Amino acid sequence: MDTYDSRLSEILRTARISPPSTGSSRINVGTKERMASTIGGALMVYYGMRRSDKVGVALALAGGSLIFRGVTGYCPINDATGRNTAGKEDVAIEITSSLTINRPRAEVYAFWRQLENLPRFMSHLKDVQQLGPKRSHWVAKLPKGVGVVEWDADLVKEETDTLLAWRSLPGSDIDNAGEVAFVDAIGERGTVVQATISYRPPAGDVGGGVAKLLNPAFEQMVKQDLHAFKQLLETGEVPTIEGQPSGRR
Amino acid sequence: MKALCWNGVNDLRVERVPDPSILNPKDAIVRVTMSSVCGSDLHLLDGYVPTMKAGDIIGHEFIGEVVETGSGVKKFKKGDRVVVCSIIGCGGCAHCLDNDWSLCDNSNTKPEYLDKAFGYATAGIFGYSHAFGGYAGSHAEYIRVPFADQGAFKVPEGLPDESLVFVSDAFPTGFMAADMCGIEPGDTVAVWGCGGVGQMAIRSAYLLGAGRVIAIDRFEDRLQTAKEQGKAEVLNYEKVDVLEALKEMTGGRGPDRCIDAVGLEAHTTGVEEYYDKVKQTLRIETGRPAVLRQAIMACRKGGTLSIVGVYGGLLDKFPMGPAMNKALTFRMGQQHGQRYIPELLDIVAQGKVDPSYILTHKWTLDQGPEGYQMFKKKTDNCMRVVFTP
Repeated sequence: MDTYDSRLSEILRTARISPPSTGSSRINVGTKERMASTIGGALMVYYGMRRSDKVGVALALAGGSLIFRGVTGYCPINDATGRNTAGKEDVAIEITSSLTINRPRAEVYAFWRQLENLPRFMSHLKDVQQLGPKRSHWVAKLPKGVGVVEWDADLVKEETDTLLAWRSLPGSDIDNAGEVAFVDAIGERGTVVQATISYRPPAGDVGGGVAKLLNPAFEQMVKQDLHAFKQLLETGEVPTIEGQPSGRR
Repeated sequence: MKALCWNGVNDLRVERVPDPSILNPKDAIVRVTMSSVCGSDLHLLDGYVPTMKAGDIIGHEFIGEVVETGSGVKKFKKGDRVVVCSIIGCGGCAHCLDNDWSLCDNSNTKPEYLDKAFGYATAGIFGYSHAFGGYAGSHAEYIRVPFADQGAFKVPEGLPDESLVFVSDAFPTGFMAADMCGIEPGDTVAVWGCGGVGQMAIRSAYLLGAGRVIAIDRFEDRLQTAKEQGKAEVLNYEKVDVLEALKEMTGGRGPDRCIDAVGLEAHTTGVEEYYDKVKQTLRIETGRPAVLRQAIMACRKGGTLSIVGVYGGLLDKFPMGPAMNKALTFRMGQQHGQRYIPELLDIVAQGKVDPSYILTHKWTLDQGPEGYQMFKKKTDNCMRVVFTP
C-alpha cells in the first residue's frame, strides 16, 4: 500500500535515524512467532476462563504468559537457552511532527542550535550542556519526580539554517536520537520545522512492549514540545495556567 | 479573593480562592470592577461544553483597573482603567498578525483538545473550559490577563463601567456579525436573537449602512428593546411564521443578510423543537440548529449568513441544498475583539452607541448563582446581569 511521504528533508527520506542499540532494548522473539504467541495465548485464556476447574486455571495462566511473550517480544526461556528468533528487528519508537513558525528561518535554527535552550520548551528535559563543538550532556526528568536520567549526545549532522541531527552515545540511560529540518514556508509564511524524535525503550522494558503502550503519550509530548517552541519564538513566553486560582479542593 | 466557580451542571458557587499572580512576563493583574454574564456561559452551565473542571472560575466579559504588570507589559501601568477582550490573542502568530485574533495559534494552553475536536486548536478564552485554555474567568475580584498589551484597552475617561463593559465581548461580537455581512447601502439585515449580542448586532448593522433591520425573538421585552433602542422592526416567532413574514416584509426577495446571534441552544416551535431537544439530550447532535435552518431558508438568493452564536460540535438536518443552490455566503467565528475594540471605544465615547441599555440587573458577586438562574430563566425581563465584586 502506498503511504503519503510527509518527510521534508532529503536526509530523512534516505537515512532513517536510529539510536544505537546498547543491549537493554533487544527483543528475542520474531514477529511471526510473537503473533502466534499472542493469538494462541488469547485463545488459551478464553477457553481456560470458560472452564471453572484446575485445568482451566492452568490454561489461563499459560495463555497469559504466552500473551506477555507475544506483546513484549521477550521470552525468558529464549533468554536462558540463548535462542533468538527476532533477528535484527528495529524496536525504536519514532515520532515525526511539523509546525509552522512565523519567524525567519535563521532565527528559528539559531534558537534550536543553542542546545541550552531545549529545556525551555521540552518539558521533560531538566538541563542540556554543550560540552564541545559536537558533544552535549543531557539531563531528563522522570515522571512524577522519581529521579533523572542522563546521557551524552553528539551532533551527527549540522547544516546551518537547514538541518540538525543528534544521537546519544552508546551506554546511555536512554538510547535516543533526533533530527530537525528547517524549511522556508512557501509564500513568506515563516519557517516549517519538522522534528523527528526517536528512542529505544530503556532497560527493564524488554522488547519495547511497555514503550509501545506509552507511544501515544510520547507522541503527545513531542507535539507539545514543538508547540511550546513555537509559542516561545512567536511570543517570547509559553502561555500557562499553572499556578492560577481555582476553587478546586 | 471571592470568585464564582463552576462545580457541575447548573451548580455555581461563590468561593474563597487564592488571588491570582503574574505567571508570565506579558501578564497583568486586573482588579475587576464589573463583569457580565453572557449567553455563551449558559452552554457551560447546561453542560454542553466538555472539559469544564469543578472549581473553574467562569466569566469572560469585564472591565477593571490594572494593579500589577509583568516585566514584558509595555502599554499599561498600575491604576490604568481597562476593558479586556474576552478572547486571548498572542499578537505574534500569523493569525493575530492577520487580525484574526480568535484563531490565535499560541494562547490556548491545551491545544490537544481542539486539535482533535476541530482539526486545529483556536484561541484561549477567559473562563470558558479547558478546551479553550482553562484560563480563570472574570467573575472574581481579580483576574490575570495574559498578553495584556494585546487584549487590554485603556478606556476613555468620564464614562461609567455600565457603558464600557460590553465593549469586552457583546459589542465587538455584534459588530463583527454585522461586519461579516458585508452590508451594502440599503441592505435589509435580519437578526435572530435579541439578547445582548443581537442588540449590538442591530445597532452595528445600521452603523455599517443597513437600510433596515428586522429582529426575531420570542420575548416581548427584548423585542421592545430592539424596537426602541435599535430602531428594528420586530418579529415574534411564536406568533408569526417567520419565513412568510420576512418574505412579505422584503417584497418577496428575502433579507440580504442574516445574522445568527443565538447558537447551539436555539429554540423554535412545534415538532422541530422536540426533535432537536431529544437528540441533543441523547448527545446524538450537540447543537439545536433551528435558527440556522430558518436563516438559510429565509435568506435571499446570493445573500450572506453571518454566524456569531456559539456552536460546539455536530448539527443534524442541515439544509445544505438550499444553501448551495441559492449561492449563499457563510461567514462565522468567535469575535476578533482586538480588531474592533479601539474603534468601538471611539463610538461609545462619541455617544453614537451607549451599550448600557442591555444591562438590566446590577448585582454583587455574592449573588452570582442567583444572577445566572435569573439570566437563564429570563425572569424579570432579564437581558444582562452584571456583577460588581
